[in-house]
Amino acid sequence: MVCESWKAKLDTYVDGELPEQEMRAFDAHVRSCPACSADALARVQMKRTIQVAGKRFTPSAEFRNRIQKSIASKPQRRFRLGWMLAALAAVILVVGTLTSAYLGSRSGRDQVFSEIADLHVAALASPSPVDVISTDRHTVKPWFQGKIPFAFNLPELQNSDFSLVGGRMVYLEQAPGAHLIYDVRKHHISVLVFQERSLPASLDRSPKKLPFNMETWSQGGLRYFVISDASAADIDRLAKLFKAAS
Amino acid sequence: MFYHVGVSGVDLQPASFEELAIPLFDQLYNFAHWLTQNREEAEDLVQETYAKALKGFSSFQLGTNFRAWMYRILRNTFLTSRTGLKATMTVPLDPEEDGPELAVEHETPETLLFERSNRELLQSAIDELPVHFREILLLCEVEEMSYQEISETLSVPIGTVMSRLSRARKTLRDRLRRPQPQVGAATAAITKGTKHGL
Repeated sequence: MVCESWKAKLDTYVDGELPEQEMRAFDAHVRSCPACSADALARVQMKRTIQVAGKRFTPSAEFRNRIQKSIASKPQRRFRLGWMLAALAAVILVVGTLTSAYLGSRSGRDQVFSEIADLHVAALASPSPVDVISTDRHTVKPWFQGKIPFAFNLPELQNSDFSLVGGRMVYLEQAPGAHLIYDVRKHHISVLVFQERSLPASLDRSPKKLPFNMETWSQGGLRYFVISDASAADIDRLAKLFKAAS
Repeated sequence: MFYHVGVSGVDLQPASFEELAIPLFDQLYNFAHWLTQNREEAEDLVQETYAKALKGFSSFQLGTNFRAWMYRILRNTFLTSRTGLKATMTVPLDPEEDGPELAVEHETPETLLFERSNRELLQSAIDELPVHFREILLLCEVEEMSYQEISETLSVPIGTVMSRLSRARKTLRDRLRRPQPQVGAATAAITKGTKHGL
């Protein structure tokens, strides 16, 4: 009679569904009560026997194949969807890479043009804008010997509106270059020359938003920049003189 | 997006219907055969279950038990089939109240069973159980479902699961306790009276 309250929950106990605290109390009781212990053991054995006996029916291979075929269309769609997603991801990756490269390239180009403008403005704002003061190109050009790792030609300015002010050595992208200053009708024009290989690629297109007129080109492994608040026509004429001299 | 469902839970890997449903195929078929007691009907039941589940997979709720969901579809399909309707109509509804739990006697059905080591006897006894006892016993012992999973599968409260399971076991023990004829003869008689397609 004492065990009746325990026996009422014996099935729940052997199913492992009692709350944890009650489970521990039941464990303790079963260890001390031979009758409940035997009963619990018999029920566990019954559970195991039913478990074995219950696994009684096996589907045929033909039926298994039939079911698998009947639901196989779903993963195929998923497979195709997977490929579509993968392709989309690849496209996004390529576009992203190209965009990143383009933006990076544009960013590098804009940076160079911005520095060129800075060099021009800094020279004009300086009380000594040039390190070598001479209107004679045969004086200015030799001044750069030993200061920059390349040679360049200065144009003959006779019969033109341009006059040479002088030159100085500058750095762009940590590479040395020549900065020449010319005057044309009270406007100062900077001509900067650097080795092409020391600069980013894609510099042939001038920026649209620069507050100066500028022209740039590559010739003989050198990159030329002509920048000024003078008219674009003046800049173009000076550029042509340099191109002719090189 | 759907996710792999474990035996009693959910993990976070996306899964297709096939990935989730095919591992349940053998056990669903076994359960269906126990319910219908006929191979052809079991195959029809499983096929219809998979068709319904595939169609309704989009309505399967993430975070719920996929196995219980599949068994519920199978069981509901069975109950609305001709065999299922016949099985439930010919078996009187069992009151769900707990009856007094009898102490296991010295010579118990369990000990007799083990002494005889007679699996066929047990299978026949399970076959003879009313379908609502048979299914809950199989879900608990063969499928090793928790009370919560059984509750979800049968759409009944856990209290009902406990009481129905207790009565199913008691009924099974009572039937095993009855004097048994020769095992071969008993099995032959049961087989003749049912529609087994072993």
